[in-house]
Amino acid sequence: MYDTSDIRKGLKVLMDGSPFTIVEFQFVKPGKGAAFTRTKFKNLLTGAVFERNIRSGEKLEPANVEDKEMQYLYKEGDDFVFMDPSSYEQTTVAAEIIGDDHDLMKDNITVQVLFFNERAVGVTLPNFVILRVTNTEQGAVGNTAAGNVTKPASLETGAVVQVPLFINVGDLLRIDTREKAYVERVKG
Amino acid sequence: MRGRVLWRDGESIGLRTRAGDVVVAPAGEARPGDLVATAAAGGDSAGDGEPPRVVRRWQGGDYPPAGSEVARLPRRRLEALARRAAVLREARRFFDDRDFAEVDVPVRVPAPGLEVHLDAIAAGGGEWLITSPEYQMKRLLAAGLDRIYALCRCSRGGEVGPHHQPEFTMLEWYRGWAGLDDVLRDTEELVAGVALAIARTTRLAYGGRALDLEPPWPRRPVADVMEEWAGVAIRGDEEPGALAERMRGAGIDVGSAVEWDDLFYAAFVSRVEPRLAGLERPLVLDQWPIALAALARPMGGQPEVVERFEAYAGGLELCNAFGELTCAAEQRRRFEADQARRGRDGRPVHAIDERLMAALAEGLPPSAGNALGVDRLVMLMTGANDIRDVVWFTADEL
Repeated sequence: MYDTSDIRKGLKVLMDGSPFTIVEFQFVKPGKGAAFTRTKFKNLLTGAVFERNIRSGEKLEPANVEDKEMQYLYKEGDDFVFMDPSSYEQTTVAAEIIGDDHDLMKDNITVQVLFFNERAVGVTLPNFVILRVTNTEQGAVGNTAAGNVTKPASLETGAVVQVPLFINVGDLLRIDTREKAYVERVKG
Repeated sequence: MRGRVLWRDGESIGLRTRAGDVVVAPAGEARPGDLVATAAAGGDSAGDGEPPRVVRRWQGGDYPPAGSEVARLPRRRLEALARRAAVLREARRFFDDRDFAEVDVPVRVPAPGLEVHLDAIAAGGGEWLITSPEYQMKRLLAAGLDRIYALCRCSRGGEVGPHHQPEFTMLEWYRGWAGLDDVLRDTEELVAGVALAIARTTRLAYGGRALDLEPPWPRRPVADVMEEWAGVAIRGDEEPGALAERMRGAGIDVGSAVEWDDLFYAAFVSRVEPRLAGLERPLVLDQWPIALAALARPMGGQPEVVERFEAYAGGLELCNAFGELTCAAEQRRRFEADQARRGRDGRPVHAIDERLMAALAEGLPPSAGNALGVDRLVMLMTGANDIRDVVWFTADEL
């Protein structure tokens, strides 16, 4: 069990059966009174944030949470198969855990897989990935008068993003995975 | 060669420099108008093209990482510390002008404070660092000194936060033959006087808000504020289980608290303390329930509350004052209850300070005293929201 003196950013604790990480904390102590740590927790499953005052002396339960670096191997139906490069252990993760990122999953990409009680509950892509354009309208030279400065482009993994008009099929693009947005074109 | 002197190489920052002194500027910190020269002895070297000799390069950021070798302090901190020195000067002037004697109290004692929520730091040999100068100063009141003050370092284990350092500076004063109202007047006049001397106004800016320190300060019983802001009416004699239920009903998370005071503070910290930061005037909370009496005497006519006030300004807890308990028997009873509670909570059970008890038995005049956090006062005067900005050495700079 953790004491309030163990509280630090990133500490993983279990509350009401769900895993949380501590995102912020502050020591508060009225003069002659009990000491508290005002703590902000983020639910690792839902992302919801909430605050609690933990009195010194109260204990926090550690959460069996692990963030593992794994490599994406291939898709099996709707599921995604990852491999731990150190142990060669494979883990299958359902599409709904991957969520919206499923169409940014490039072969062999390295991701962080969050395990709670030995089960994969979340996958975090790196902030940026490089993906090739598989389909887009040929380099239009600006219909800017009509207000079009971007056009849609399909990427090798299935995602569709808005790109500048000079982007062509075969171009390599840096994509921000958090926004699922075009950042820049990169040299191949 | 003209310009603003930054540092004088090899000397303390407290010394004044004179025009023509040669200084060394940390690279990257020199700005147009600043005097930058080589560290060669004397002379105007700006003309001969020699670049400044950098003695140490500041790596950036407001606070050095723990363990790094640092000699220089950021300019903003130095400015705050200059104000700190002015606050101490004005505080001494305030008490000296009123014929108070400044006393020195021992730092290391065999019987430190018995407060149930304080952790004294062991000094070895069965002795402890003081958590406050209270016990020693009360003995001086019994010895016949009517007006005394102390500016001293106190230590409290495990207290580190935006308003807390494990070692801090306390300004504590006592008036024999006086009451709580006299000490409140002292407090208001002291704080307003310090503000006028340093900022030339009692209207400060703090925490993004105006803060008007003009006396007299608003004053409210703590039970009123608890009822209004926490939605819980308290008297002090409630059965803890029932109080916990009422608090949960009011939406307050009481955690695993079972003792009355833990419940009180759970509500205070979640509902009252956050709102204190939004006030544009100081707030004096008085008439504390007897369960939180410590060394304060019961109010005449209202024995369930004690003569105690706490003053808050800008959301900072500034001070804690008592009309002092002078009845030795009652004080011993309270100390014994504190010892029992500390034992239950797994804290060291310190001995009762028998010399203090003897002084109380010999007779203390009706007295009142206050313990004010000097670092907190300096935070108000400099606009700092973190105590580390206003102390010379933080705990992690050791």
